[in-house]
Amino acid sequence: MSLKKNIIALRQKKAIVEKGGGDKAIEKQVAMGKMTARDRILALLDVDSFHEYDLFVEHEERNFGMESKVLAGDGVITGTGTMNGASICIYAQDFTVMGGSLGLKHARKITKIMDHALKMKVPCIGINDSGGARIQEGIGALAGYGEIFYRNTMSSGVIPQISVILGPCAGGAVYSPALTDFVFVVENISKMFITGPNVIETVLGEKISQEDLGGARVHAEITGNAHFFALNEMECFEQIKELVSLIPHSNLKKAVSVEPKEPNFKKNIGDIIPSDPKQPYDVRDIIHALADDSKFLEVHELWAANIVIGFGRLNGETIGFVANQPMYLAGVLDCDASDKAARFIRYCDAFNIPIVTLEDMPGYLPGVDQEHAGVIRHGAKMLYAYSEATVPKITVILRKAYGGGYIAMNSRHLGADFMLAWPGAEIAVMGPEGAANIIFRKEIMEAEDEDAMRQQKVLEYIEKFANPYVAASKGYIDAVIEPSETRELLLHALEVSKNKDDYRPAKKHGIPPF
Amino acid sequence: MQTEKTEYVDFAVTARKYKTLLTKKYINRKPWVDPNPYEIQSIIPGTIISIFVEEGDVVNEGAPLLVLEAMKMLNRIEMPFTARIKKINVELGVRIPKETIMIELEAVDNE
Repeated sequence: MSLKKNIIALRQKKAIVEKGGGDKAIEKQVAMGKMTARDRILALLDVDSFHEYDLFVEHEERNFGMESKVLAGDGVITGTGTMNGASICIYAQDFTVMGGSLGLKHARKITKIMDHALKMKVPCIGINDSGGARIQEGIGALAGYGEIFYRNTMSSGVIPQISVILGPCAGGAVYSPALTDFVFVVENISKMFITGPNVIETVLGEKISQEDLGGARVHAEITGNAHFFALNEMECFEQIKELVSLIPHSNLKKAVSVEPKEPNFKKNIGDIIPSDPKQPYDVRDIIHALADDSKFLEVHELWAANIVIGFGRLNGETIGFVANQPMYLAGVLDCDASDKAARFIRYCDAFNIPIVTLEDMPGYLPGVDQEHAGVIRHGAKMLYAYSEATVPKITVILRKAYGGGYIAMNSRHLGADFMLAWPGAEIAVMGPEGAANIIFRKEIMEAEDEDAMRQQKVLEYIEKFANPYVAASKGYIDAVIEPSETRELLLHALEVSKNKDDYRPAKKHGIPPF
Repeated sequence: MQTEKTEYVDFAVTARKYKTLLTKKYINRKPWVDPNPYEIQSIIPGTIISIFVEEGDVVNEGAPLLVLEAMKMLNRIEMPFTARIKKINVELGVRIPKETIMIELEAVDNE
C-alpha cells in the first residue's frame, strides 16, 4: 500500500471513531439539550487547538457479551489544547458510547491525561457525562475510579483541576469532581448523587426527582458541591474560560497579569455602606468599586450567600476576595460560610494568590441547628486557613468586627500583613447592646427606669468602644483610612508584599479540622 | 439571588436586630424540638417486620418493641424505660419514613 492509501485508511478509521456512539445516539444526546463530548471540547478550547490522544484505545472485557462490543474511544475523549493561548489537558466522557460508562480502559485514558497534566504543570479539565461504572467490567471499573481519585489528590494544590458536570454523574463518579478545585453545573443538565432516586425509593421509600435530589440548583445553592452555576452549556464554557484566565496554571507560577484598568463603578465607594450598622447593603458593590475594571468573578455565588468569595484583579494581578455579605443573614459566619471561605483561602494560598478580606460581620450565627451541625469545627476551618496562609493577606474592616468573627476574618492575630479600618468601623468584643447589658447589668437592674439606663449605657459603650481607635491604639489596626483611599492603599500593600517570605515550621502536613 | 429590598427582615444576632435577607437553607432549617421520651420515633426510614407488644401492655426497660428493617439490617427497637404502651401507630409490613412516631408510651403509676 502506498503512503497515500495509508493516509486515507487512517482518515477513514478516525472518522468512524470520532462519530462516537453513531448518528442515532448523537441525535438522542442533542434531543436531551446536550452537546456532544467532542463539540464541548471544541467549544471550550481555542479554535483548531485540540489534539486527541488514545483515539484507538479499546476495552478488554471478555464477559457478558462485551467481547463483541466495539466502543469508540472506550467512551471518553482525551487530549490537549489551548485556552486563551495557554496549554490545557482535557477529557470529556461521551454519553453516546454506552452511556459514557466508565470501564478500566476508559479510566486509564483519563489517568493518562491527568498524569500528563501534572507532569507538564498545566490545568486539567474533566467533562463528566456518564451513567456511572460499567457494570460488566465489575471491579475493573472500581479500580478505574480509585486510580482517578488518587491522581486528583496528587494534583491537588499543584495544578488547577476543573470538573464540568454535563449530564449524570452518579455513585463513585461524583468523588472525582468533589476532589477537584472547581465544579461547574448547568441547569437541567447536571445531576450528581451518590445513590439515585431509584435506590433511595427502593431502600428507604423516599420519593424524589433527580432534579430535586441532585440537580444543578441543589448543588449550587444547598450542598455547595458546585462552585459555578450556568443556565446553558455555552454560558458555562464562558465561565470556565474566565476562571482559567484568572488563576495561575500551576502552584509554581503567578496568574498572568493584564493591563491594569481603573474601576468604573457608578457609585462613590464611601456612599455604599449605610451608617446605621443594622442596615444591609451588597458588599459586592464595594468589591466592584475596588477591583480593576470593576470586574469580579464570584465563586459559590448561590451557596452560603452570607459570605462572598471570588477573584478580581488589582493593578492587573489576580486577587482572591473574601467579604462578609450583610445583605444575607446580616453577614454572619455559620457552618457553610466558614466552610466556603476556608477552602477558598486555602486555594488562594496554594496558588500564590494574595487575599483581600473585607469585613463587616456581627459574629457567628446563634442557634441549636448551627451548634449541632458543628459550627465549632467548621468555624475553626477559617482560623486554620487564614493562619496557615503565607500569601499576602490584607484586611479592610468596613463596619462591624465583633467577637470571634473579628478574630476569624484575617485579624492581625492570625497573621494579617495589613490591617486597615474605615473610620466607621466598630471593633469590639460584641455588639454595643450585648456588651452594655453584661457590663452594666447591675446599674441597669438597679435603675428606676431600666430602659433609659440601658439606652444610656449602650450609648456610652458605643462612644467609648464601638470605633476603630481602641484596636488602633494597640497596634492591631495599622491605619484608619478614608474609604476613598482604600484602592490606593490596597495597591500599595500588594506592591510592598511582592517579595513576601513567611516561614512555617517544617511538617509533613497540618491537620485542619475537616 | 438579588431580591427586592422590601423583603428585608429583622434578624437577631445577640442583642441587636439587623435588616437582612434570609437564605433558602436558613428558612428551611428544622427548628429544634425538645425530644419527648414517651414517643418512640424511627431514626431511619424502613419497614416494620415484627411487633412484639400490644396497646395497654406494661413493658420493662430493654424489652423488644418491634423490628424495623432498614438498609438491609434488622433493627431491634427496645423499650427505653419501663412504661405502658399507650398507642401503636404502625402496622406489620408497612414502610415508614424517618421520624415517624411508631409507639406512644405512658407512665406506669407506682402501685
